[in-house]
Amino acid sequence: MSDYLLPVLPIAALVCGLTIAMITIAVRRSHRATCCIALGAIAAAGGCLARLALSAPVQGGLLFVADGFAVFYAALVLGAGAAVAILAYGYLEGRSVRPEEFYLLLLGALAGALALVGACHFASFFLGLETLSVSLYGLIAYPRSDVRQTEGAIKYLVLSGASSALLLYGMALVYGVTGTMAFPALFQALGHAAGGQAAAGAGMALIVIGVGFKLGVVPFHMWTPDVYEGAPAPVTAFIATASKGAVFALVMRYFSGSALSGLPHIFAAFGVVAVASMLIGNLLALFQKNVKRLLAYSSIAHFGYLLVAFMSPGPYRTAAVTFYLVAYFVTVLGAFSVMTVLSGKERDADRMEDYQGLFYRRPYLAGAFVLQLLSLAGMPLTAGFIGKVYVVAAGVDAALRLPVAALIAGSGISLFYYLRVIAALFRRPADAPAAQPPAVPPGPLGARIMTAALFVLLVWWGIYPGPILAVIALIKPGSP
Amino acid sequence: MILVAIVFVPIASGLAAWLSERISGRLPRVVSLAGFIVDLLLVALLWGEASLRPSGAGPWIASFRAAWHPLPAVSFHLAADGVSLVLLALTAFLGCMAAAASWTEITERTGFFHLCLSWTVAGVAGVFCALDLFLFYFAWELMLVPMYFLIALWGHEDRFRAAVKFFIFTQVSGLLMLVAILGLYFAHINIGGVATFDYPALFATPLSPSVALLVQAGFLAAFLVKLPAVPFHTWLPDAHTQAPTAGSIVLAGLLLKTGAYGIIRFSVPLFAQAGGQPAFPLAVLGVASILYGALLAFGQNDVKRLVAYTSVSHMGFVLTGVVLGSGIAFQGAMIQIVSHGLSTGALFVMAGILQERLGTRDMGRMGAFWTDAPRMGGFLMCFALASMGLPGLGNFVGEFLVVLGAYRVSPALAAFASAGFIFSTAYSLRLVHRVFFGERKDTKQPIADLSGRETAVMLLMLVPLLWLGLAPQGVIDRVKGSGTVQAAAKDGHAAGHAPVAAVEARDVRGGAR
Repeated sequence: MSDYLLPVLPIAALVCGLTIAMITIAVRRSHRATCCIALGAIAAAGGCLARLALSAPVQGGLLFVADGFAVFYAALVLGAGAAVAILAYGYLEGRSVRPEEFYLLLLGALAGALALVGACHFASFFLGLETLSVSLYGLIAYPRSDVRQTEGAIKYLVLSGASSALLLYGMALVYGVTGTMAFPALFQALGHAAGGQAAAGAGMALIVIGVGFKLGVVPFHMWTPDVYEGAPAPVTAFIATASKGAVFALVMRYFSGSALSGLPHIFAAFGVVAVASMLIGNLLALFQKNVKRLLAYSSIAHFGYLLVAFMSPGPYRTAAVTFYLVAYFVTVLGAFSVMTVLSGKERDADRMEDYQGLFYRRPYLAGAFVLQLLSLAGMPLTAGFIGKVYVVAAGVDAALRLPVAALIAGSGISLFYYLRVIAALFRRPADAPAAQPPAVPPGPLGARIMTAALFVLLVWWGIYPGPILAVIALIKPGSP
Repeated sequence: MILVAIVFVPIASGLAAWLSERISGRLPRVVSLAGFIVDLLLVALLWGEASLRPSGAGPWIASFRAAWHPLPAVSFHLAADGVSLVLLALTAFLGCMAAAASWTEITERTGFFHLCLSWTVAGVAGVFCALDLFLFYFAWELMLVPMYFLIALWGHEDRFRAAVKFFIFTQVSGLLMLVAILGLYFAHINIGGVATFDYPALFATPLSPSVALLVQAGFLAAFLVKLPAVPFHTWLPDAHTQAPTAGSIVLAGLLLKTGAYGIIRFSVPLFAQAGGQPAFPLAVLGVASILYGALLAFGQNDVKRLVAYTSVSHMGFVLTGVVLGSGIAFQGAMIQIVSHGLSTGALFVMAGILQERLGTRDMGRMGAFWTDAPRMGGFLMCFALASMGLPGLGNFVGEFLVVLGAYRVSPALAAFASAGFIFSTAYSLRLVHRVFFGERKDTKQPIADLSGRETAVMLLMLVPLLWLGLAPQGVIDRVKGSGTVQAAAKDGHAAGHAPVAAVEARDVRGGAR
């Protein structure tokens, strides 16, 4: 096989799986079979990645590159996708909807995300982003039972469409000045370009706005709480992790450390966005009564923290961003696993009341949730602690005084709402007598296993992160 | 290796206590007490080892290093010198007392309670002997979470707000310390050093004045909040008042001491690098805490709140003692740290006993309990006298040495600090008077005197306090010449059994220079 096709193999595996699943559904509907095919496709894509890792870095034509960075992030996204498929199986089973098509959309979204992490050209960038977004419209509204879902999906559709248009226009402007669409090359061309600096600057700014929307950072965050609230819990988990993570990987590759320091205005813009996200995200989270909305605002703040590491040009940049994302994936997927376990047939367990006194009904589940919240708050014994130390290290290394100060202030504010949820877990419901807690259904098996597995990873990487850090130390978004 | 055991025994016993709740709700307290006793024996073993060491053998009595790589260049490095040893002894001892004091107070979720208690103690022990700065920060943050649960789950009426306040104050100031640690780390790399988080290497880094100021500010933020010094003390009365007895003991006896320890270990060397000048404002802050804390203590009606404010006042002596740079004041501060842990811990136990009996901490509803409970009154009297600095008890030695050291630096400072003695007399006597004398208030039925277990706890806390008051040389010998790299280098040649007078003489020479 030629190296030329190697980088697109994982995407091809996903698309093959998607086709097989589609044909299977046409022949005979079976939820279990479709889910298995989806998981098989993800596993096959993972196998292709393992093969790629052996020969990385490989340049796949103009559009894709498979270096260590791309392979690692692709593996991360696939892992999140597999977790979401398992969660979704339990979630959709027994609901009065046809569940099979969910996996088609999921595989499509994963293919888009994989394209994003390997993209090194505007064409693959845009194609990946659109494939991801179009699949997400469907996923957000999937069971179509609730008006909030439709609201979330339409909001995402409209805003996402608008931001894609801005992104495309920005790309056109940059291309017009530099004459190239390949990433690292266009920054060099920009340096040599005789004129058109203003147009290129405007193009860059539009690109920042486009990706800022996908990341849900302030001031492009308005969709986040509604979409988080409206989407089914597993889909929310997918948006929070795989979708945003893949876009962040792309941003890391596009604005490499040296490229960013060559663009002072864009650098300053990222600084403003980071500070605003950390402060506003955390402040707005204080007022939330819905756990999904709370996690949405907290995710805004977390991507603000990530931007601090992103802005640091030093050697800690990639390691800090990558470990923080890994920790965030493990934590947030875990939190949504808990939510899926608790969700009934009618609605998701996203109200604060659903968690009140959980410690007395489901001590292990409550314990896992406590550790996930502490991880989000960056406390020790969890991966979130190590991640936060890395981000602060990257910020201090680059002497980003204001962003680091905002990070400290933001995480101080965030304690209020994380601790409020933790306190609710331990509060005895006033009306229920302490003697006999009502019998609760145990929840889907897959989601329970997922919760346990993610909990183990959370604690393992919080206490002994050596192995994963050794892997992360090897990767770096390279130039083709 | 023994240090690893000291840190991990409470972690293991906490887990065991948690699991043992399945067998019986009463088992966890036994398991956790047993863990603390083993810990205390281990510390005693280390103490024996320390006193057998030849003089001039270097500051570190024991150390342990293992690979652990959360960040590059981090290692799991524990080591104890004299200061750590004294504090570890206090930690294990107060752990025992806290477990014993909550014997009947805690009836709900006993397993989880003892897990939190043991892990807080383990975190504190880790802070006292972590010599890798990342590990120090890890332990510093680690003790926060179980302490939060102790207050938030088993505390009194307004527990949640108090717990959150405690958590936020300490976590935000802790993050500032993290920035300082990382600043020091990068400064060390930039001067061409290798990447390391090791204490001796990092604190030998020459810093430019502006960087030194930022690093110092970051460390001080964490330590002054934890200590706490006025004006960063506002979390303390709330946390103390709402915490269960064991929580108050651990908070006053151990968590506040981590702040003092941090100043000794990290801030003082930085001051020494900067020529020692900026330390004086801190000594003034310490004296302000002495007076302000005492003044507020006098105005309280809630027993626990009163004792909490006396903590602010007593820790003011510690702050003044450690920053002055005088050997004698430092020894006084160390004695004060231990005696305050014992006397205040005992006062909190007493407040807890009263609350368990009466269901209130309001002094307005107490009075004339002496006839019913003479033993309780006698013990309260002893600890109140200790708190006001009666000669013969540990606090006197500590406060006296601090004031003596302060006099060398500034007589005015010493004069203000000694005004604290007057205030403390006022609040201590008021406490004893309102609770045990005066007129009987609304409680009609007689209150029970101390049970055998409670008497034992009180007695166990009184004996070391007397020992410190009458023969403090044992502790002074241990802490002399340790605490910082600089102190070790300066005093290393003379470390031995020099009596106080000799230390004084050396001090005078230091002052003349």
